[in-house]
Amino acid sequence: MSKTNPVAASSKAKAAEADAKDADTKAASAGKDAPNPEAFLSVRDLRIHFDTDDGLVRSVDGVSFDLETGKTLGIVGESGSGKSVTSLGILGLHRSKRARISGEVWLDGEELISADPDRVRQLRGEKMSMIFQDPLTAMHPYYTVGAQIVEAYRVHHPQASKKAARGVAVEMLDRVGIPQPDRRVDDYPHQFSGGMRQRAMIAMSLVNNPKLLIADEPTTALDVTVQAQILDLIRDLQKEFGSAVIIITHDLGVVAELSDDILVMYGGKCVEKGTSETIFTAPEHPYTWGLLGSMPRMDRELQDRLIPVKGSPPSLINLPKGCAFNPRCPYAELTGGKSTTETPQLIEVKPGHRVACHLPEEKRHSIFRDEIAPRL
Amino acid sequence: MVAYIIRRAFAAVVLLLIVSAVTFGIFFLVPRLAGETTQQLASQYVGRDPSPQAVQSIIHNLGFDKPVYQQYWEFIHGIVAGRTFNDGPTPTHCAVPCFGYSFKSHLPVWPDLTQRIPVTLSLALGAAVIWLVSGVAIGVLSALKRGSIFDRLSMGVALAGVSLPIFFTGLLSMDLFSFQWPIFSNLHYVNFTDNPLMWAKNLVLPWVTLAFLYSALYARLTRAGMLETMSEDYIRTARAKGLPERKVVTRHGLRSALTPIITIFGMDFGLLLGGAVLTETVFSLPGVGQYAVQAITDNDLPKVMAVTTLAAFFIVVANLLVDLLYAVVDPRVRLS
Amino acid sequence: MTEDSDTAAEATAATVPASPPASDREPLLKVSGLEKHFPIKKGLLQRQSGAVRAVDGIDFDVKPGETLGVVGESGCGKSTMGRLITRLLEPTGGKVEFEGVDITHLGSGKIRPLRRDIQMIFQDPYSSLNPRHTIGTIVGAPFRLQKVQTEFGVKRAVQDLLELCGLSPEHYNRYPHEFSGGQRQRIGIARALALRPKMIVADEPVSALDVSIQAQVVNLLDDLQRELGLTYVIIAHDLSVVRHVSDRVAVMYLGKIVELADRDSLYGSPMHPYTNALMSAVPVPDPKRRTQRDRILLTGDVPSPISPPSGCRFHTRCWKAQEVCKVQEPPLVALKTGHQVACHFPENAPEDTAKPSTEKASAPAK
Repeated sequence: MSKTNPVAASSKAKAAEADAKDADTKAASAGKDAPNPEAFLSVRDLRIHFDTDDGLVRSVDGVSFDLETGKTLGIVGESGSGKSVTSLGILGLHRSKRARISGEVWLDGEELISADPDRVRQLRGEKMSMIFQDPLTAMHPYYTVGAQIVEAYRVHHPQASKKAARGVAVEMLDRVGIPQPDRRVDDYPHQFSGGMRQRAMIAMSLVNNPKLLIADEPTTALDVTVQAQILDLIRDLQKEFGSAVIIITHDLGVVAELSDDILVMYGGKCVEKGTSETIFTAPEHPYTWGLLGSMPRMDRELQDRLIPVKGSPPSLINLPKGCAFNPRCPYAELTGGKSTTETPQLIEVKPGHRVACHLPEEKRHSIFRDEIAPRL
Repeated sequence: MVAYIIRRAFAAVVLLLIVSAVTFGIFFLVPRLAGETTQQLASQYVGRDPSPQAVQSIIHNLGFDKPVYQQYWEFIHGIVAGRTFNDGPTPTHCAVPCFGYSFKSHLPVWPDLTQRIPVTLSLALGAAVIWLVSGVAIGVLSALKRGSIFDRLSMGVALAGVSLPIFFTGLLSMDLFSFQWPIFSNLHYVNFTDNPLMWAKNLVLPWVTLAFLYSALYARLTRAGMLETMSEDYIRTARAKGLPERKVVTRHGLRSALTPIITIFGMDFGLLLGGAVLTETVFSLPGVGQYAVQAITDNDLPKVMAVTTLAAFFIVVANLLVDLLYAVVDPRVRLS
Repeated sequence: MTEDSDTAAEATAATVPASPPASDREPLLKVSGLEKHFPIKKGLLQRQSGAVRAVDGIDFDVKPGETLGVVGESGCGKSTMGRLITRLLEPTGGKVEFEGVDITHLGSGKIRPLRRDIQMIFQDPYSSLNPRHTIGTIVGAPFRLQKVQTEFGVKRAVQDLLELCGLSPEHYNRYPHEFSGGQRQRIGIARALALRPKMIVADEPVSALDVSIQAQVVNLLDDLQRELGLTYVIIAHDLSVVRHVSDRVAVMYLGKIVELADRDSLYGSPMHPYTNALMSAVPVPDPKRRTQRDRILLTGDVPSPISPPSGCRFHTRCWKAQEVCKVQEPPLVALKTGHQVACHFPENAPEDTAKPSTEKASAPAK
C-alpha cells in the first residue's frame, strides 16, 4: 500500500493548486455550458431518463456540478429526487437497456458518457468507487469478506498473486478499524455486525486507492453511535487518500458533518447549490427551507411543532408543469403565475451560490429573514 | 456441522420408518378395515379356487393370524435382518432386505427389483445431465437477454415442454426417429457393462424425451432465479468494483441463482429413481417404474410395498444430500 | 393534505398538554421485572445451551395521556419490549399490568378485548399493509375482527378515520401500492385508531419516511394525542425525533433501561455515560459546529445479548468504568425527581446524591 502514497500526495498538491486557481475561475467557468477543466470531476447537463410502460421517467434532468480533489460534495434530496441515479450514472451503473443518458461527465480530463463502456468499467473500482446504503445486501452472502476485497483488488491488479492480494485485504481491513483483521478476513458478511460490514465495504471500495468515492446513504442503515464512527472514518480516510467524495443522503445532519458544498435535488433537478455554510445559514429555495424546517433538531430549543413540507414527492413521470416544487411550495402564489408555466433556471445569486426559484431575490431574502430563520 | 449431519440422518431414518408403517398400513390394514377377511387376504397368495386348508396354512405361514403390530415388526425385521417363511415342505429363507414374496412368481421380491435399478438409474442419470445443462444454460441466457427473440422463443418452447405429457412426446419421438427415420430403431435395453455404445444409443430417445420435460421446467426456474439475483444489491457492488460482466454473471449471479436449483434437482432425481413410470412404459424399459406398474396391475402387494419403500428411500436420501449440499454452498446455513 | 390538521392543531396548540399532570394518576401500563429470553438450541439433542436475553428485567410505568419515548441502538431490546407490552410476544418473566389487570400470561382468547385497547404501529409502511386488500378492507378489518357495531356502518367509520388521519375518504377503494410512504403510514395509523385504543405502541413510526414526510407524521401523532387523549409508547433510534414527541424517555442498552427521565431533564442533563455518548453522536445540521464539537466516540459494537458483560453492561465501552462496574450491576435509582439512572458514576448528578451513589455501589445490593 505504501507505494500508492506518492500518488495520493501528488494529487493533494494538484488539489491545492486547483483550489488556488479555483477562487478566480469558479465564477466564470462553473457555467452550465463548458466543463470546468480545473475540476477533477465535472458533470454537465446530465440527464438520465428511463423508458417504462407507464411513460418516460426523468430521474435526472439536467444536473451540473464540479468537484475538486480532496473536497466533499453533499447531494441532498428526498427519495425519488434523482440523487442516487446521478451517482449511478457517473459510474455507468444505470441499467443501460432502458436508460437514455445524455450530457457530459468529465473525470480527470476523460469524458465518460461517450466513452467505451469497457473503458468506464476499467475506471470503476479503480479511479472511482462507491459505498452503498445497506452493507448486508451489498456484499455477496456466499463469499468471505476477504475474498470480496481480494476480487476488487485483483480485477485491477491482475498481476498480483492471491497471497499478495490477501495481504492487501488484511491491511485495508486494519486500516478501516476492524480488530483482528487477519482472522476476520475469512469471515462471511453475515458474521460481521452492521458497522463492521460498512467498514468492510469501505475497505473494499478504497482498496485501489480511488480518486473519487461516492457514498450513497452510507450510514442510513446504522445506529447513531456507529454512524458517528463511520462518518469519522470517511473523513479520516479522505484526508489520508486525498480523494474527492460525493455523499448522497437525505439526512441534513450527515451532510453538515462532511460536506464542503451541497447540492439540493428535487424532481430530478438541482434546485439549490452552494457551500455548506450558505445552505445552512442563508438558503434561498423554499424546498431547502422546508427540509431544514421539517427536521427536529437536537442543537436548538424544542420547537412546539415541526413545519413539514406539505404533500408528497412528485411522480417523475408526471412532473408538475413549471417549477416541479410549485404544488408543495407555500410561496408559489408570489411568483405571479410563473411557477406553473416556466421552469426556473439555476441562477447564480452570489459567487458559488445558485438557486432555481421564480421568487424575486428580495422577496426570498425577506421571507427567509422574517419567517424562516426565526423558526430554524 | 457433524451434529447437524447426525441429526439430519436420524430424522431421515425416522421418516423412513413412518413411510414403511404407512405403506404397511395401506396394504395390510386398510383392506381389513374395508371388510376383507384374513381368508380373503391370504387367498391372494394361493392359486385360483384354493382349498380352505391351503388358505389356512398360508395364513399361518405368513403370520396373518398374529396381531398387526407383530406382523409389522416381522415386516421391518425382514427388511433389516431377513426372514424365514415356512411356506413349503422346507422353510425358505428370504435374505436381507426381505420385502416378502411375490404373489405371482413365489420368488422373493427384492432380487427381482434390484435388477431393475440399473435401468432406471441409467435413464435418470443421462436425462439429468441433459436437462441440467440445457435447462440452466437456456434459463441463464433467457434471463440475460430478457425480452429478446431468444428469450421469447425458448420460453415458448419451455411452456410446451412443461405442458406436453411424456406419452405424447415419447410416442412422437419414437414414431419420428424409430419408424419414419429409423435412426434409433429396435429399441431395447442393453446393460452398460455389456456394451456401453449400444447402452447409450438405445437410451438416447428416452433420455431426450424425459429431459425435455425437466429441461423446460429448469429453464423457467433458472430464468426466474437469475432475474431475481441480477437485481440484487451485491450484483451492483460487483459491477461497481469494475468486474467484467461475464464474471459478474458467473461468479456472483449464477452462484446464487443455482442454489435453489440444487434443492429441486435433488428432489426430482430422487423421485425419478423410484421409477420413471411413463417414460419406462412408453419405451418398454424394464426399470423400476415398469415393475411398479406391473405389480399394481397384478395386485401383487409385496412387490408394490417394496417399490414404494424403495422410492421413499431414494427421496429421503436425496433430500438428506440436498440439505448437506446446501450447507456446503451457503455459509449462512453452515455457520448458523 | 396536512394543512387542515395543521390549522386545527394550531387552534389547540397550547404550550402544555391540556391534561392534568401525569404523575398524579394511576399508571395505564405498569411493567415490572419484564424479561424475554429467546432460547438458543445447540448440539445433537438440541438442548438449550443459552438464551438471547433480549429484554432482561425492566421496570417502568406509562401514565394515561403521556408519551414515553424509548431509545437505544439496534439489538438493545426496544422492539422486543414493544411486542411484549402489546402482548404480541409472551414474556418469560416479570409482569405487565394494563389498567391494573395482569396481562402477562393471558391466553389468546382472553387477550382479544385487550387488542382493542392497545394497538401497534409498525416501521415499514410497505410491508405492513396487505397489497391485495383495499384501504377500506385494511382499515375496517379491526371492526370485523372484533365484531364491533358502528353507528353508521363500517364504511362510514373507516372514511371518518381516513379523514382524521389526513387522507381523503375517496381513498376507500384504492390499494396500498397507489400511495406514497407517508400516506401508507397514515393508513397504518388509521387502522390502529379504528377501535379507539387507549394506548398506541409505535415501533419506529417515521424512520422509513423522507424527512419532510416524517414531520407530517410526527405532527399527526401529536394532533391525534391531543384530540383523542391517546397514550403513546414510541420506540425509535432517532434521538431528535424522540425528544420532539416524548414526555418521558427511557434509554435502553442490552436489554436493560439505563436511564429513565423526564424529557427536558434527560436531554438537558443526561446522567448515564451511554446517554451522553448517544446524544453526542447525533449529527448536527450545522457545518460550523462540526469542528468545535467534542464528540464522545464509542468504540466497538454492542456486546452480544447472549452473554452480556458482568456488572454494568456498559462497562466494556464506558470511559468512566472502574473496577466496581465490572462486578456490580448498578440499580436504576432516582437521583432527582423524575430522573432515574443506573450508573455507579453518573454525570450531571445533583451534588448531594452523586457521592451516595458510589457508596451505594459498594454496599451489597438489596
